[in-house]
Amino acid sequence: MGQYGPAVRVMVLFTVLLGIAYPLAITGVGQVAFHDRANGSRVEKSGTVVGSSLIGQSFAGSKRYFWGRPSAGGYDPLATGASNLALDSSGLRKQVAQRRAQAAKADGVAPSRVAADALYASGSGVDPQISPAYAEQQVRRVAAARGLSAATVRRLVAEHTQGRELGFLGEPRVNVLALNLALDASH
Amino acid sequence: MPDSLAGLLQVGVLILALGLAWRPLGDYIARVFTSERHLAVERLTYRLIGVDPDGDQRWPVYARAVIAFSVVGVVLLFVLQRVQAHLPFSLGLDNVPTALAFNTAASFVTNTNWQAYSGESTMGYVVQAAGLAVQNFVSAAVGLSVAVALIRGFTRSRTDRLGNFWVDLVRGVVRVLLPLSVVAAIVLIACGAVQNLSDNTVVTTLLGHHQTITGGPVASQEAIKQLGTNGGGFYNANAAHPFENPGPFSDLFSVFLLLLLPVALTRTFGRLVGDVRQGVAVLATMTLLWGVLVVAVTALELHAGTLEGTETRFGIPSSALYAVSTTGTSTGSVNSFHSSYGGVSGGLLILNMGLGEVAPGGVGSGLYGILVLAIVAVFVAGLMVGRTPEYLRKKITGREMKLVSLNILTMPLVVLVGTGIAMSFSAPRSSMLNDGPHGLSEVLYAFMSATNNNGSAFAGLSADTTFYNLALGIAMLLGRFVPIVLTLALAGSLARQQPVPESAGTLPTRGPLFVVMLAGVTVIVAALTFFPVLALGPFAEGLR
Repeated sequence: MGQYGPAVRVMVLFTVLLGIAYPLAITGVGQVAFHDRANGSRVEKSGTVVGSSLIGQSFAGSKRYFWGRPSAGGYDPLATGASNLALDSSGLRKQVAQRRAQAAKADGVAPSRVAADALYASGSGVDPQISPAYAEQQVRRVAAARGLSAATVRRLVAEHTQGRELGFLGEPRVNVLALNLALDASH
Repeated sequence: MPDSLAGLLQVGVLILALGLAWRPLGDYIARVFTSERHLAVERLTYRLIGVDPDGDQRWPVYARAVIAFSVVGVVLLFVLQRVQAHLPFSLGLDNVPTALAFNTAASFVTNTNWQAYSGESTMGYVVQAAGLAVQNFVSAAVGLSVAVALIRGFTRSRTDRLGNFWVDLVRGVVRVLLPLSVVAAIVLIACGAVQNLSDNTVVTTLLGHHQTITGGPVASQEAIKQLGTNGGGFYNANAAHPFENPGPFSDLFSVFLLLLLPVALTRTFGRLVGDVRQGVAVLATMTLLWGVLVVAVTALELHAGTLEGTETRFGIPSSALYAVSTTGTSTGSVNSFHSSYGGVSGGLLILNMGLGEVAPGGVGSGLYGILVLAIVAVFVAGLMVGRTPEYLRKKITGREMKLVSLNILTMPLVVLVGTGIAMSFSAPRSSMLNDGPHGLSEVLYAFMSATNNNGSAFAGLSADTTFYNLALGIAMLLGRFVPIVLTLALAGSLARQQPVPESAGTLPTRGPLFVVMLAGVTVIVAALTFFPVLALGPFAEGLR
């Protein structure tokens, strides 16, 4: 039993040092040095916070907006996560077929040409981004709904397309909320 | 730039960064655990907790100290969860139910971080920061201590003393884990990871829906979660969540963090045994296993081209790199969801854990795990040439081999018996999300992950049931502490020996021959044990 005394006492000390002092100190640094980022990179529209640039929103069904990826949790940050369906499961096959038909119809493209990220749900369920291919697929629909030329919308997409970081990290991508806000702001 | 070239460049940069850190960090850790001097803050700690820092312990005492510390950790974490509703910053969340609280306490104390709960809807900030994250630090420090104690078994002779657990623990936290975590946490915030104590904020989205923007001390926890090869996400989506892992740079940085200490410890090992090339051989073995799996899983996933469960900003190469690194380090954090990988890739991830978490394994546990396998390798080589095997100038006698055999048999026994029990009853089977071979893979993955203290999941399995909370909780405790006690017993046995001089008949344990032997033994032990069940589950799915 001789080891339990030190064990209890060191656990109390560590809880104070690592569980209270450490996170508070990091919070202090974060709040001072990176205030916006530490608080969730919030974005505003006419002075009101409408979301976070890192958290996707559901736009599916609206013709005037670009849509994000399918989400297993309906873009609810209180229920993040993936579908966890097996690739060859009937459940996933059915969902993919449904999404393919829906996207093809909404965007007026051949079902075989629907972008992969329009078919498969994200890992987090709040993925803020889509591939440039999926954005391009939606350009004509959004342009028509807003009475804009495809070239205008395409220019906005290009402005909101990020390449790979440092040229080789990650994937090229388009932030859907930022793009939709820019659309609203320009018209 | 083509996808495959970008993916290769990313792996190259990762290896370069780890290579640059390997020598200084490994040497630094070697100094930490050999220095005679105590820092002022450490001396104060020893006085407060009432231990003599210069009193070395015999292996049974060292082991009892590890167990006592871990028992206290489980009890404290269990109690914190059970009184959550009365703690500040709890976001109005209720007390965690008993079975789940036990499972989570066992999970974080064993460095597993299996999560049968969803972070954002179960755990308040105090339980996360003052409970879970504290165990992220100290469970990694326990692994570090046991690895150092085993190295002392090789380097000391004719003694029964292995060092002092409390000193190793405190130094591991104060001199290694905490400073690195501070730096890592700040880098993560700069990348966009959140770090606040704000309540959840409800906003109205562009389409007029309500959306809750979550907060929390995320970056501080994320840093040690990766660095300590823990893996428990602040949020359910783990490192796929943009608040934990905002972009491609933070992603590669996370993979770097989770590989950093297991890799650097091979240098520490080489330094401490007085022959750096011994550590290089171990590192080469780990790198070989990791590299083969990175190439295989990346190629398979790029070939399939499906994106279910992956994030747009990471894509397939970064997801596959992360998946192999996290299953090979006992970390278990994920940036994509393994359940939706192809059948064969999923099987390789399960096998990666089944190697015993040695490619390169968890903090400390990877090193002591592979050193145990190294003893098997020299034993097998000794049988081939008919000589008494030796490793690092210590004889491998019957006593050492018994301890080593029990050590490597514990994990497969718990995994296979646990999976067997779960498959025998209808209630545990009904937790499966997918049917067919993938359902078996979900259960196998759960026991493999728990027993190897990994923590990742084929997360379709509804694991928050009384059966899984208890069974996996027990699997985590057995998978962690039985090997730890046997490893310390091995260290005690080795430390008592007189070193034998190297002779012409000694198998050199620092060349390519030994690397191939060690990798071969590691793969053969795992493959023979797990091939039947992998064939029934993931490989059957992949070949269908």
